[in-house]
Amino acid sequence: MAVIFELAVQGAQMLSVLLLAPLLIGFVRKVKARLVRRQGPALIQPYRDLIRLMRKEVVLADNASWLFRVTPYLIFAATWVAAALVPTFATGLEFSWAADLIVIVALLGSARFFQALAGMDVGTSFGGIGASREVMIASLAEPAMLLIVFSLALVAGATQLSTVAAFMGSPQVGLRVSLGMSLIALVMVAIAENARVPVDNPATHLELTMVHEAMILEYSGRHLAMIELASFLKLVLYVSLISCVFLPWGLAGAGAGPKALAIGAAAYLIKLAVLAILLAVFETAVAKMRVFRVPDFLGAALMLALLGTLLLFVSRSL
Amino acid sequence: MNSTVALLLCGPAALLGTAILAVAASRLVYATRLIYGAALVISAALLVTIAGHLAGSPGEVSAITLPLGLPWTGARFRLDGLSAFFLVVVNLGGAVTSLYALGYGRHESAPHRVLPFYPAFLAGMNLVVLADDAFSFLLSWEFMSLASWALVMAHHSDAANRRAGTIYLVMASFGTLALLLAFGLLAGPTGSYAFDTMRVAHPGRFAAGAVLGLMLLGAGSKAGLVPLHAWLPLAHPAAPSHVSALMSGIMTKVAVYGFIRVVFDLLGEPAWWSGIAVLLIGGVTAVLGILHALMEKDLKRLLAYSTIENIGVIFASLGLALAFKANAMPSVAALAFTAALFHVLNHSFFKSLLFFGAGAVLTATGERDMEKLGGLIHRLPVTSFVFLLGCVSISALPPFNGFASEWLAFQAILQSPELPHWGLKVIVPAVGGMLALAAALAVACFVKAFGITFLGRVRSPVVERAHEVDRWSLAAMAVLAAFCLLAGILPGFVIDGLSPVTLSLIGDRMPVQTAQPWLSIVPIAESRSSYNGLLVFVFITISASLAAFVIHRFASHALRRGPAWGCGFADAVPAAQYTAVSFAQPIRRVFGGFAFRARETVEMPAPGSLEPARLKVDMHDVAWEIFYQPITGAIDFATERLNHLQFLTIRRYLTLVFLYLVILLLVLALWP
Repeated sequence: MAVIFELAVQGAQMLSVLLLAPLLIGFVRKVKARLVRRQGPALIQPYRDLIRLMRKEVVLADNASWLFRVTPYLIFAATWVAAALVPTFATGLEFSWAADLIVIVALLGSARFFQALAGMDVGTSFGGIGASREVMIASLAEPAMLLIVFSLALVAGATQLSTVAAFMGSPQVGLRVSLGMSLIALVMVAIAENARVPVDNPATHLELTMVHEAMILEYSGRHLAMIELASFLKLVLYVSLISCVFLPWGLAGAGAGPKALAIGAAAYLIKLAVLAILLAVFETAVAKMRVFRVPDFLGAALMLALLGTLLLFVSRSL
Repeated sequence: MNSTVALLLCGPAALLGTAILAVAASRLVYATRLIYGAALVISAALLVTIAGHLAGSPGEVSAITLPLGLPWTGARFRLDGLSAFFLVVVNLGGAVTSLYALGYGRHESAPHRVLPFYPAFLAGMNLVVLADDAFSFLLSWEFMSLASWALVMAHHSDAANRRAGTIYLVMASFGTLALLLAFGLLAGPTGSYAFDTMRVAHPGRFAAGAVLGLMLLGAGSKAGLVPLHAWLPLAHPAAPSHVSALMSGIMTKVAVYGFIRVVFDLLGEPAWWSGIAVLLIGGVTAVLGILHALMEKDLKRLLAYSTIENIGVIFASLGLALAFKANAMPSVAALAFTAALFHVLNHSFFKSLLFFGAGAVLTATGERDMEKLGGLIHRLPVTSFVFLLGCVSISALPPFNGFASEWLAFQAILQSPELPHWGLKVIVPAVGGMLALAAALAVACFVKAFGITFLGRVRSPVVERAHEVDRWSLAAMAVLAAFCLLAGILPGFVIDGLSPVTLSLIGDRMPVQTAQPWLSIVPIAESRSSYNGLLVFVFITISASLAAFVIHRFASHALRRGPAWGCGFADAVPAAQYTAVSFAQPIRRVFGGFAFRARETVEMPAPGSLEPARLKVDMHDVAWEIFYQPITGAIDFATERLNHLQFLTIRRYLTLVFLYLVILLLVLALWP
């Protein structure tokens, strides 16, 4: 019976990230629109878009290969699995030991690998420009991410997210400079990984500035729906990651009852809303930077993460 | 028990016999099939013998002394856990390569230059791993080097290959010299060359440091550590592709074996600082190797540079193992050492697979330059699929095998705060950052390798005529791709298989992995970190197929073909696609400044002129310029000066002789 309950909780987690992902995007868009005094589309607009895309036929470029058609499902699956492994409302889920934070980051790497390949499949310049910029951004974001993992592991003594979250929720953490630096670095990496302003603009279709959009320019119909859903899921993943590591309040522990789970779910929704509002405010306040300024931005994240790690070597309590 | 090692020695003997047979038979029609078939059978037999030995008594040591070689030592051979593991790597690689060569070898233009040396090369690698005294080790090592040199020179009508061969020969001799000196130091004043006596006699602190440095030079030059790597990207691609696979996938591992055998086995307890040099060199090698690979547009040279990166990862893990072992943390040292050996195995799988793929592309199109390829996924469907699996594996992406071993290495790095020394504490995370950078750049590199070669539109007519390669080659590649996936989703079995080696060299082992629930791997404790490749693989497969099924069933499965979106410009020429160089341009702008001193200049035509504008990229191999050019310059200078001695008059020669005598007498007179 306990096993069935645990499995149900795990299943609820998988479904909730999948179902919440378009809502989060819709909420960010709504807040951004309101900030510039526009009415903005309805909150459920991303759901409508996805359903419409899924129903449309796929227009495939003449020389697209099988890889181009398989990739959307692979990207979606890898991102979904990764997102489902990050604790959202509860830690210590049935399958949480299947992957630690490094695996989750690497799973996103797998998704990116196939996305960049699909961008090059049709053989237009847009796909190439997007793929080559994407791997450049990733080559800087991944080491920064690993150093963040490193400082977290130094503080919490584990890379297993459930353990990290449980430790960060305990009173022995306190306020630490190194964790502050890791938080800033993680936010910067998250912005770059999710192709948000100022690194990339998810709403642009201007050739010279796009990165993510350039890679998926040839996609249409259900394939585009899968890729869009994967990118929504990725935002949920990073928001959940930040909230479970740095805002671990209200998380239900391993083997928690329905009441704790309900509290966890409510707390999770509040955290999502707060972080989404912050993201929208930030995106509205800054301008997109040139592609070759992005290395400076990510270099700053790398340095902050490294400084955080080195501070921990000076003193475990900093 | 001597029978196992005696039985194993029959393998190299049979291979040498095959080599002699090949000299006689190489011009026959069936020679290719005969020789590669024989090599396949012998390698497979060796593999079965070792498998039987490992299944029966994995920890057992078996030694034999043959009355060959130097009269007062004889030739000693020995089989222990370490050599058994490397024999598996060598013979698995040898067997699969022979299988591939059964098909690929038929396209060889000069079989009589390849066939005799191929089995000799395999025999040399087997003997290095089995050797148990310095003399047989060095002899086998030189034999291996020379056989591979002959294979590099197989197509010597090409001037580039001749240059590669010359540089390889010089570097190989240099490496052997370093090894010779290292063994001299280990043998001590008594000059006992058997490994058994070296193992018990521990050299002093300075001698041990010198041996470590010499091994980094000797084994490192063969493995391709920066800055001794310059020969590798020239020589490995120059050989026929199946030999490139052996050299990159297997021979570099034999070099790693030499390093492990001396530094972990013969040298005794390491000093606390001994890991630092290995760690730093490993980290720098990994980053520079992959950056060079990214800048390449020749597919085989790209793969050779990526070998350098993987060797860097292996040496960084070995450095970690040394550091932890020296600081009395054997369980973490066992973790790092297991990561290194696991990566050795993984790299032998995917690098051979990728070189086979490059060979298949070469057979089908006759082209190694990626910028003349493109769109091969339509012409070579099977090759492109297995090559893609190889790319995913080498890019360290879950759930494939490259990720499993790099994940173990990162887990070991995360233990570094426990180290007592400040230097190590700071260096280990820095090296961890370098390895993460190398892993991320590897993804970029193999997106480029696969994307430019196999995807996109056809760039030249050779691709239009390409056809899928023969079944032998495809079978060999499929076997390796299957190994890559299996080792990735069931890493626990490999880790447990490595435990006798770590037990004998480190004195500890990782926890038993196959006993873990659901076959996940747990380096230290489940609450710290765990990874389950099988589950991740199953989850991805299920959710991808579920998504595809649901959408096709309930939403839409309509599909229409149309022209690609050209932004208003219809029918852009294929040359407008991204090329290998333009793909690497963003990364070159970020890293090229310090790694290659890269400089880009744009030559703009005068206003009104119809000349095209040109972008010129200027790049330097810094290691080549700092280390090699001064040395070659000094040698050239010295020979130029000495050359004058040939053209002196008789009076000057007499003067020189007289001066020499005077100096000699002075020295004798002043000698105390």
